[in-house]
Amino acid sequence: MQRATLDLWVGIFVVAGIAAVLFLALRVGNMGSFDSASTYTVKASFDNIGGLKARAPIKSAGVVVGRVSEIGFDSNMYEATVMMKLDTRYKFPKDTSASIMTSGLLGEQYIALEAGGEDKKLVEGDHLKITQGAVVLENLIGQFLYNKSEGESKTAEPR
Amino acid sequence: MNNLLNSLRGIGAHVIDGIWRMGVATRFFLMTLLQSGQSFRRFHLIIREIFSAGVLSLIIILVSGLFVGMVLGLQGYETLQTYGSEEALGVLVSLSLVRELGPVVAALLFASRAGSAITAEIGLMKATEQLAAMEMMAVDPVARVVAPRFWGAVISMPILAALFSAMGILGGYLVGVVLIGVDEGAFWSQMQAAVDFREDILNGVIKSVVFGVAVTAIALFEGYDAPPTAEGVSRATTRTVVTSSLAILGLDFILTAFMFRGV
Repeated sequence: MQRATLDLWVGIFVVAGIAAVLFLALRVGNMGSFDSASTYTVKASFDNIGGLKARAPIKSAGVVVGRVSEIGFDSNMYEATVMMKLDTRYKFPKDTSASIMTSGLLGEQYIALEAGGEDKKLVEGDHLKITQGAVVLENLIGQFLYNKSEGESKTAEPR
Repeated sequence: MNNLLNSLRGIGAHVIDGIWRMGVATRFFLMTLLQSGQSFRRFHLIIREIFSAGVLSLIIILVSGLFVGMVLGLQGYETLQTYGSEEALGVLVSLSLVRELGPVVAALLFASRAGSAITAEIGLMKATEQLAAMEMMAVDPVARVVAPRFWGAVISMPILAALFSAMGILGGYLVGVVLIGVDEGAFWSQMQAAVDFREDILNGVIKSVVFGVAVTAIALFEGYDAPPTAEGVSRATTRTVVTSSLAILGLDFILTAFMFRGV
C-alpha cells in the first residue's frame, strides 16, 4: 500500500484527537486520581446532611481520603445514610467520628473524619457510630436571635 | 373563497412533500448504512474524506475553541468574582465546554464548514452527471461516493469536538491563570474534582457522535436530492446549514434531558 502525504495529515489528526481525549480524561477529569484505586465502603448515619452530594470529598486532616458514593434515606430511623468509599491506603480506627463541614462560608460540603483511639481498624461495611450532621445556617441564626432576645429581656427585668 | 382553498391546498402540498422527503431521506440513510461495508474494505476512500472533512476543519475548530475558552474565562471570572469564588473558574470553563459548548459549537462549525462542502460537492457531481456516469459503469454511487463521506465525517466529528474542548480549556487557563492570576492549583484541582470521566466527558463524546451522524446524513441527503441546477445546488447548501444547525440544537436538548437529569 502506497503512502501519501494525505495519510500523514490524517494520522496527525487522529493522534491529536486521541491526545485531546487523554488530556480531558487525565488532566481535566478525575480518571487518573481516584477511580482506579481500590477502596472500601463505610456507612454513616446523619440527622441532617445539609447540601452534601454524591462524590463529595471525604477529608481527614484536610487530605482527601475518599468520596461519598451514595446517599440514601433510612425511613425507620428518619436519618440520612451516607455510603463512603475510602482509599485502602488509609486505615482508620473503629471509633472514628464523621462530621459534615463546609469549605469556606459558602463552599461545597464535605465529610471530615476524625480518628479515634481504638486499635481495631475500620473494615468494609462498617458503620460509623459517632457522627455530627451539617450545621444549618438558618437554625443557627434563629438560635442566635432567640438567645439575644432572651438576654435582653433578662437585663430589662431588674429595673 | 378560492384564495382560501388555494392556500389550504398549498399547505397540504407542503406537508405531504415534507413527509415524502422524510421517507426518501430515511431510505437513503439506510441505503448508506447498508452500502458502507464496501467502503470499509477500501479504507483509503474514508481516509481521504477524513482529510477533507476533519483535517481541513482543524484550523477553524482550534481557533474558535481557543477564543470561546478565553471568553468563558473572562466572563466567568467577572461573575464568580462577585461571589468571591474565582477559584471555581476551572470548573465553570471545563464543565460548560465538555458538556455543552464543545460538542454543540464544534458541530455547528462542522455543519457550516464540512457539511456545506459535502452538499455542494455531491450536488455538483449530480448536476454534471458524474453520478449518472457511475451508474452507467455499474458503480453504485452510494457505495463509492456517499458512504465514504458519511464515515469520514462521522469519525472526524468526535475528534474535532474533543480538540475544541481541550483548546477551550487551554484558552480559559490562559486568561484565568496566566492573565488574570487565578490560583493555578485551585484551577486544576477543583476542575478535576468536579469533572467526571463517565458522566461528563464520555457523555460529551456521545453527543458529538450523534451530532456527527445527524449533520452528515442531512448534508449527504441534501446534496443527493438537490435539483441539478446551479440554483438548486446553492439552495441545497443553504438548507444543509439551516437544517443541520436546527437538528444539532434540538438533539442537544433531547440528549441533555436524557444525560443530566440532575442526579
